[in-house]
Amino acid sequence: MRHLSTKATCNSHGQDSSYFLGWEEYEKNPYDEVQNPKGIIQMGLAENQLSFDLLESWLEKNPEPAGFKRDGKSIFRELALFQDYHGLPAFKKALVEFMAEIRGNRVSFDPNHMVLTAGATSANETLMFCLAEPGEAFLLPTPYYPGFDRDLKWRTGVEIVPIHCTSSNDFQITETALEAAYHEAQQRNLRVKGVLVTNPSNPLGTTLSRSELNLLISFITTKGIHLISDEIYSGTVFSSPGFVSVMEVLKDRNCDETEVWDRVHIVNSLSKDLGLPGFRVGAIYSNDDMVVAAATKMSSFGLMSSQTQYLLSALLSDKKFTKNYISENQKRLKKRQNMLVMGLKKAGISCLKSNAGLFCWVNMRHLLRSDTFEAEMELWKKIVYDVRLNISPGSSCHCTEPGWFRVCFANMTEETLDLAIQRLKDFVVEHTANGHSKSNNSSKNSKRKLLPKWVLRLSSRDRDHEPDER
Amino acid sequence: MAIEIEQPSVGLSKVAVSETHGEDSPYFAGWKAYDENPYDELTNPSGVIQMGLAENQVSFDLLEAFLETHSEASSWGKGASGFRENALFQDYHGLLSFRKAMASFMEQIRGGSAKFDPERVVLTAGATAANELLTFILADPGDALLVPTPYYPGFDRDLRWRTGVKIVPIHCDSSNNFQITPQALEAAYSEAEAMNIKVRGVLITNPSNPLGATIQRSVLEEIFDFVTRKNIHLVSDEIYSGSVFSSSEFISIAEILEARQYKNSERVHIVYSLSKDLGLPGFRVGTIYSYNDEVVTTARRMSSFTLISSQTQHLLASMLSNKEFTENYIKTNRERLRKRYNMIIEGLRSAGIECLKGNAGLFCWMNLSPLLEKPTREGELALWNSMLHEVKLNISPGSSCHSSEPGWFRVCFANMSEQTLEVALKRIHNFMKNRERDRNLKVI
Repeated sequence: MRHLSTKATCNSHGQDSSYFLGWEEYEKNPYDEVQNPKGIIQMGLAENQLSFDLLESWLEKNPEPAGFKRDGKSIFRELALFQDYHGLPAFKKALVEFMAEIRGNRVSFDPNHMVLTAGATSANETLMFCLAEPGEAFLLPTPYYPGFDRDLKWRTGVEIVPIHCTSSNDFQITETALEAAYHEAQQRNLRVKGVLVTNPSNPLGTTLSRSELNLLISFITTKGIHLISDEIYSGTVFSSPGFVSVMEVLKDRNCDETEVWDRVHIVNSLSKDLGLPGFRVGAIYSNDDMVVAAATKMSSFGLMSSQTQYLLSALLSDKKFTKNYISENQKRLKKRQNMLVMGLKKAGISCLKSNAGLFCWVNMRHLLRSDTFEAEMELWKKIVYDVRLNISPGSSCHCTEPGWFRVCFANMTEETLDLAIQRLKDFVVEHTANGHSKSNNSSKNSKRKLLPKWVLRLSSRDRDHEPDER
Repeated sequence: MAIEIEQPSVGLSKVAVSETHGEDSPYFAGWKAYDENPYDELTNPSGVIQMGLAENQVSFDLLEAFLETHSEASSWGKGASGFRENALFQDYHGLLSFRKAMASFMEQIRGGSAKFDPERVVLTAGATAANELLTFILADPGDALLVPTPYYPGFDRDLRWRTGVKIVPIHCDSSNNFQITPQALEAAYSEAEAMNIKVRGVLITNPSNPLGATIQRSVLEEIFDFVTRKNIHLVSDEIYSGSVFSSSEFISIAEILEARQYKNSERVHIVYSLSKDLGLPGFRVGTIYSYNDEVVTTARRMSSFTLISSQTQHLLASMLSNKEFTENYIKTNRERLRKRYNMIIEGLRSAGIECLKGNAGLFCWMNLSPLLEKPTREGELALWNSMLHEVKLNISPGSSCHSSEPGWFRVCFANMSEQTLEVALKRIHNFMKNRERDRNLKVI
């Protein structure tokens, strides 16, 4: 036939996972304070909706950039024609300065080493194309963002080998785990090209410690491989120990101009910090000229709109705005996280101690019928269907321990969060009263009717859903 | 970077270090010469005039006028939800209002000769992304797409670089005005077979870049019959469809399909963009329109890697859903391009230079083969060099477009003011006059 390529017909886009099922259920029955107060509350979407007012007020005070004007003059034509893959210089300058500011100006970045892409999704894929051949592998600590399965593997043919992290040490990366992952890759005949970490972590909501970063640098130095640090959540760090970028540690180790310096690459975006996922603002930062050169050319396949580059160059060049935004945004995130953590605590649910991100890594192991992923799925379905909260099961993030869930807190109002916490509290009370034993079926019968549909849906391929949220 | 990298850079992929991005070709050397010495009417009147850039700069005033009178397009209104909603919108289905506007715009360009369903519109950041994406979907590494020559130099990168797919040329020549013939199609297919390469589809650009001419209905029918017989795909890049000088002369593959009640249409995919017709290459607006449900679904998912900024989608949804604006724009843009085309054709003719008869696009396909010292690629490049360094015009040599006949050049006419075009034509005139004089002197 005129059938399609292997890439088109394989499953590596990852959209048949149960993870997206929760999305579907939410879409069918979305919570609305007024119109559908019993609907499903979306807590699976890592969006930052807390600081739009700051952006909106800036836009109101500064109408020129959105209107294609600069100093009263129209620059529409200039922008419309600007498709240079080196990016708008003013925007790159503003972006690297913003990145530095978020890192407390302890490191600085050179705009000539930055490559703009249409979102971090594009940046991560592009780096894979630049650094690895089909069939080669990158090591990723688990749990990790489900989207990586698509972003890193689908069109590139690159493999992911997990670095297993567990709650025994708060999911920190250990030397043993790194070596084990490397060894596993070798067993599978996969050449390891590098390690990719997300710092701060999605889904953990924690920043990597200095010792972890040092460990990683030593590891990639010994193995002669790359390190990609996806720092997309760097602006969401709201409490100590604070954010330490891998660049900082390299600097402290006097690694600049050494070989390993060229093998460390950062991915960034404004989707989380500024809450602008629709604008598709991503960036690759690399010290290696060849990577920058190759990635720049590749960015042709996913350039940022010049209209958006210009708007954001004006926004980010306003240092008064950025200073205020960064600190205010962090304050609000901290408050929200605290709200969720405290609320869950009252329900007898603990979270991994976190200092960043738009979500908490919630421990519901004590609510599992058994210490298995089947039990995790069962609990998850209950939470989606009965409690009506769409949260992300740890298994979708490749967590090795069942019972962990990622719960977002920044994509809704305080009232909605309150309601969600209340629902969970009620559920825990009921769940505990009923005991989480296999024998009790009575109140579950009505829900059983739905199980066959679930089975059917899990195997159907006509789902066509939005995977872009992190 | 002050310090040299002493050791070879560690472990980049083959793709990263390969030259399939094509950027070392002479095509790009012309760019460099222009960048180093760009023409400016006032500050550098003897600089290089850029005629290698297929940009449409003739209708910006219409766009600017629209923006002046429709501020809601570039802002989000006073309501709370406007900005927030737009900033959060990253759904790879794309803004419905924009897809509808795009489908409607594509219909208008074709004078209503074909209908487009917004549900089949997949959005990508530019046609560059659309073409690569389709290639990923339709072919495996090592497979081939057949592409008629001469073709847009960028295809070497867009279709091959990261996909690992090959291009096998369908040779066209001046004997029949570079039209695609069934023989040429069969020959290309056989050539691929002989090399043990699996052909997955044919990719045509209609109107053609660099020819600046539309493909005739009968030829389109032949191409469609060919791909149906061979059971392969057909990609029709119609990025210049709005740049046809006369509305009646463009036949889209969509029209052919509609006339056949969409029989066998699941093998057809159309690529479009606003970069040429609206002159907005910086905004990265491309689309894939496929008659194949599976391709639509897969392309949509893949578009995650190349989404259009929601800010830009919002702007263009507003612009393109305004029928008054679009009708006037399409009509006026067409007229202005025709006027420019006539200007350059006349100017070249009076200098003794003929071009392929064109009816579309932002360029003409100029025949300088009589001027070649040797009828070879080297001869062509030598002439190109003279053009660049003596006449100070950056034009695109046919060899960079894989033309099998040396001596043809693509010359752009819509990316400059009329005055600049006149200067360019004058320079060509003088160049030809001097050549004639030198020739006469030699004879004596």
